[in-house]
Amino acid sequence: MSAPLRNAPVQPAPLLPTDWGVQPPALTPAYRTTVLRAPQRPLVAVPGTLTELTGPAFGDADIAPGDDDLLVNYGEGDPIGERIVLHGRVLDGMARAVPDTLVEIWQANAAGRYRHRNDSYLAPLDPNFGGCGRTLTGADGSYAFRTVRPGPYPWPNGPNSWRPAHVHFSVFGTAFAERLITQLYFEGDPLIPLCPIVDSIADPAAVARLTAVLDMDAAVPMDALAYRFDIVLRGRRATPFESRMEGT
Amino acid sequence: MVHRFGAATHGQTPSQTAGPYVHIGLMPRAAGFEGFGGEIGADIAGPDAPGQRISVQGMVLDGAGEPVRDAVVESWQADPDGRYASAADPRGSTVAGFRGYGRVAADFATGLFTIRTVKPGSVPVPVPGLGLGPGSVPVPGLRSGWGPGPGGGAMAPHLALWIVARGINIGLHTRMLFADEEAANAACPFLARIDPARRDTLLARAEGDGVYRFTIRLQGPGETVFLEV
Repeated sequence: MSAPLRNAPVQPAPLLPTDWGVQPPALTPAYRTTVLRAPQRPLVAVPGTLTELTGPAFGDADIAPGDDDLLVNYGEGDPIGERIVLHGRVLDGMARAVPDTLVEIWQANAAGRYRHRNDSYLAPLDPNFGGCGRTLTGADGSYAFRTVRPGPYPWPNGPNSWRPAHVHFSVFGTAFAERLITQLYFEGDPLIPLCPIVDSIADPAAVARLTAVLDMDAAVPMDALAYRFDIVLRGRRATPFESRMEGT
Repeated sequence: MVHRFGAATHGQTPSQTAGPYVHIGLMPRAAGFEGFGGEIGADIAGPDAPGQRISVQGMVLDGAGEPVRDAVVESWQADPDGRYASAADPRGSTVAGFRGYGRVAADFATGLFTIRTVKPGSVPVPVPGLGLGPGSVPVPGLRSGWGPGPGGGAMAPHLALWIVARGINIGLHTRMLFADEEAANAACPFLARIDPARRDTLLARAEGDGVYRFTIRLQGPGETVFLEV
């Protein structure tokens, strides 16, 4: 055993634990689809091995010009709707910036209709709006997209269920164990407290973290309002465990 | 206390379901897009990777046994030498073009997905202080629960999988191992951690010609082991 260990690399720093107090449980019956899709057995805890502590790397080659500008990345003309900037930073649990990480968004158009072959809502598609964006964070963890504010839309959960206006966010961080998909909501939307998907999160402070706030400092005069949305991933412990060689 | 963005906070961002239209963001071509850029996660191994080319044909089933036709499954794996193409792996993959990361969507009609890649190598468990090896003992206060032991050893070839869909509030982590890697599986410190009665839920069955069959059951009898990682 000792020979391979002598050549063993240092394990990457472990991650801070998931804060289950802010996360939704798997089963939230008011969101009906969870009833048949929520695992019933507890998760099995495994320590951070190399598999979970590593994660994919992305670079400029994965992104095309315009991928971060939903006003222009589909169709020939301007999409209908309120022009907005969505921006913020991706941080870790130690408040450190997460640079060079892939941020992907998707959303309905201003009428609440998704450009997806499975969406049959009667609101119209916009020939100039796709609803898909991607970018990499900068050195300070910052990102920004231009888009239109999505509309709310009805969905078949209860007899009269409507989703608040929202934008889906997908983020990677530095480890596969940090993988996160979430949703951005807009400050002041009266549909937020009515939504069983939002309500899957019990902690009001955690819900507040999903609510982007109007940011007049970042608004572009005569052009677009801005909303700020920071994302906080787990991050790694400040000090990695020391590697102890056998026999020491 | 009302939280405001811009104020210093280290609170983690909670998960929300990926919803039924996840393909628009993660796999625009599956959503029906034309003209958008390349699909991220479309090519896991690259054209020149050594090792056995495999295809994992799978399905996610709900508690009624119905295919989850709107699921997206992400995979993360080592190269055939057991190295990850990640800055966090101090060894790093040396295989040109190997990414190790993939995305597949369930077919909207059948629920079937297919992961095309190369079979990964065993992944070492390198640090005695965090060893997963036989003899590892629980350590109070250490979240992993696995402390000093003889350490070393290797985890059998595996794909880490992450499953998202409408009705899944927080993405589900699991692992797929290969039933035909019997010796590696028998020595695998990860698999040793799993209830023997449930290990089968993590094993893909070889069907010949590099084809493996793997079913993920979200709940009920034969429920797949999902992981806190």
